[in-house]
Amino acid sequence: MCNLSGLFRERAGAVSAEVHAFGRAQEALAFLGDFLPREGGTSLWAPGPFLQAAGRPRIPGLAFDVTREAAAAAQVGISQMDWAIAATGTLVQDATTVEQRLVSTLPRTHVAILGTGRILPDLASLLSIVHPDRAACLSMITGPSRTADIERVLTIGVHGPARLVVLLVEGIPS
Amino acid sequence: MRAAFKDSIHQALADPDLRGALGRFSVAYKASRERAYAGLDFEAVRDRVRDVKAHAASRLDELAAAFQANAEARGVKVFRAQSPAEVKAYVSALARERGVRTIVKSKSMATEEIHLNAHLEAEGIQVFETDLGEWIIQLAHQRPSHMVMPAIHLTKEDVAEVFSREVEPGQAPDIPALVAFARDRLRGRFLEADMGITGANIAVAETGSLVLVTNEGNARLVTTLPRVHVAIVGIEKLVASFQDIEPILTALPRNATGQLMTSYVSILTGPLQSTEGGPRETHVILMDNRRSEMAADPRFREALQCIRCASCLNVCPIYRLVGGHVFGKVYTGGIGTILTAWFDGLQASDEIQGLCIQCGACKDVCPGRIDIPGLILEVRRRLVAKRGQPLVQKAIFALVNNRRLFHTMLRAASLAQKPFAKNGFIRHLPLFLSDMTDFRSLPAIAEEPLRDRFRRLVQPPCREKAVFYSGCLIDFSYPEMGEAVVRILNKAGIEVLFPEGQTCCGAPARYAGAYETAAGNARDNIKALLADGPDYVVSACPTCTVALKEDFIATFRSLGMEEDLEPARRLAARTFDFSTLVKRLVDEGRLSFKEGQEAGISTYHDSCHLKRTLGAQAAPRELLARAGVEVREMAECDTCCGMAGSYSVKLPEISAPILERKLDNIQATGADRVVMDCPGCVMQIRGGLDKLGSPIRAEHTAVRLEERLR
Ligand code: SF4
Ligand code: SF4
Repeated sequence: MCNLSGLFRERAGAVSAEVHAFGRAQEALAFLGDFLPREGGTSLWAPGPFLQAAGRPRIPGLAFDVTREAAAAAQVGISQMDWAIAATGTLVQDATTVEQRLVSTLPRTHVAILGTGRILPDLASLLSIVHPDRAACLSMITGPSRTADIERVLTIGVHGPARLVVLLVEGIPS
Repeated sequence: MRAAFKDSIHQALADPDLRGALGRFSVAYKASRERAYAGLDFEAVRDRVRDVKAHAASRLDELAAAFQANAEARGVKVFRAQSPAEVKAYVSALARERGVRTIVKSKSMATEEIHLNAHLEAEGIQVFETDLGEWIIQLAHQRPSHMVMPAIHLTKEDVAEVFSREVEPGQAPDIPALVAFARDRLRGRFLEADMGITGANIAVAETGSLVLVTNEGNARLVTTLPRVHVAIVGIEKLVASFQDIEPILTALPRNATGQLMTSYVSILTGPLQSTEGGPRETHVILMDNRRSEMAADPRFREALQCIRCASCLNVCPIYRLVGGHVFGKVYTGGIGTILTAWFDGLQASDEIQGLCIQCGACKDVCPGRIDIPGLILEVRRRLVAKRGQPLVQKAIFALVNNRRLFHTMLRAASLAQKPFAKNGFIRHLPLFLSDMTDFRSLPAIAEEPLRDRFRRLVQPPCREKAVFYSGCLIDFSYPEMGEAVVRILNKAGIEVLFPEGQTCCGAPARYAGAYETAAGNARDNIKALLADGPDYVVSACPTCTVALKEDFIATFRSLGMEEDLEPARRLAARTFDFSTLVKRLVDEGRLSFKEGQEAGISTYHDSCHLKRTLGAQAAPRELLARAGVEVREMAECDTCCGMAGSYSVKLPEISAPILERKLDNIQATGADRVVMDCPGCVMQIRGGLDKLGSPIRAEHTAVRLEERLR
């Protein structure tokens, strides 16, 4: 597991995701308490097991009622991921409910929370455990939104989030 | 070739921005693709992609039906469209019924193929492309010039100009600012659009799922925000099972952009939940547009293995010079030539098929294992079959087979170059030994061809026999290369025979689409070469070797000449290219090189056919190293030198800059010689070096090695 999380961190970092690891849920929440107000604007946290277990943390600007208007106006979107792929630095989520998609597409910054134990080695291992019968929309996210359409110059943040912050947390519910 | 086509080539060649951008990209691409495949076995990955796609191509109809059943069971409307007109009618009717005023689109080649935007706009609907490159192209009223990077031909200045003119004045040519501007302007479009249109990179029959891949994240917005989603999917995107996604999703990002994974991949099954809460209305249009016909064609079925990664463009020495617009249609480059022949009709590819120099670089990297040059040749063959072979060509191919007469005429032509060149005859010679190309010196035609000099060669008694197949160039221009081969083989105890009946290998005819002539050549050669029951048949020309080993069989197959296959296979089995045979003799201890002497620095040029068709890149290098030659590699050592039969005569404006780049790469090594296994490459490169007045010598490996033999 340790190796997988190391590899995931390296690969996600290589595609400009910012990865932070926490030993306990409390530390991740403390990080958010610090991070969100500094980002400014509003933040929107989509439902998920971790959020449920944590109760609705009180952080200035943080809201939980995800609508398209709220997502379009938010500076930060927060959601919990279901799996990750170490080999490619990819986050994977069952994004069947629309809230999950809104918070990870519209805001400028996306904070993705992942239980450390959810990291799989590669794409093949992911495809062997997910199935469309169980997830109508499977979203895979590898780094922030990017383009190289003008002169092949890599530019971060076109239509999706310009910043992807990954919180790897030990022992959270999934 | 029409003047308009030549003009478009000249325009592209004269555009320094285009050439700069494409040239730089091709270098960067190669490195990033290699990095992306680190630790993976590309050949194994592409075997799996090929298997999955070939399997699907063999049962398109069944998979389309299964997709329809499975997607509809989940609440998606599926429409199977035969023609572009049906797709357009369906989308406009739906838009009308749903009161759609604006549409956002994510990138889809299928909709480009049928010019959907123009159709919808004519109906009064506003359509916004949201992929940055596509949006730029749409605003500039152009066609994409590349499947993955539609606007690669434009500079930031061009983009700023287009934005300023079409959207809001005053945009500066600053890339981050231009990207931010696009984000800002398109954000509102996503939010207000009534309908979202996407393509799909994969469609899974078993589950009715669509896989969408984007780096910008626009497809996620297009499939999340509007109240209606329409996916327009070419049926070649179908795969049988959910697990089939894996090899394609492994190859696509690595081959397309050198990424391990594209930023956003969505696997959508059934209607998504809309932002209003309920299931969002979702339509999938499975578009045929001649794909089933392609699948039914035994030669072209493999073109459906394409995953639209565009690597065949990225590595193509022609594409990197002229870009995509010269191809004139939506699909560009090698695969574009093939797709155009189907989607726009055979005739539409008449000119662009001639752009392919047959170097095989694309075939080497294609994740679908498509024989792109082979299919382009087949397009050419069908064009020739349809319109008939030009008379002058027929006359020339007849002449080529009368070897002595042919030599006499060539010799006369080379002595009296100008007058012959003028009467327009010699420029059509398949040997292209001819003319007026002002960028390289012409090879002299030897006074006496190898076939006549051969009779005077004294050979020691030997226990084995090899037949030497010279090919035109060695026979008529470079007999010394043939003599070097004889002396080397003699040293290893092999007597060399030169059957008089050998004739042209048929490559010029084959590459001109004249398969009947090529088949005649093949028959004559097989008879002549096998007559004496040789232990080996050896050639020092890779193009000829490929003809003997592969093309004879392929030509007979194309023409359904079943009874000729057996002898062709017998010949193929004992045919060797020079370096591979000599390497074997050295390994067996039958040949050795002088020791203790430094033999200078050489750089090695990989000839297209030797490396890519025969896979012999290690043998010549190892031989040179054993002979005491220091081999100093040049950049792009395996990129075509621009010599490809009549190509350099028909399209000298393209051949010349390819050669130029090759010469630059050779000179940059500081080597005193450039060595290669192909007499055609020697002719091209030696001519180019002479013209530059360079002291670097261009030599055939056989000549270089012979000096160093013990
Ligand atoms: S033909 Fe091969 S290399 Fe070219 S786009 Fe298709 S899959 Fe890619
Ligand atoms: S064979 Fe060479 S010239 Fe022809 S399409 Fe492929 S890469 Fe281009």
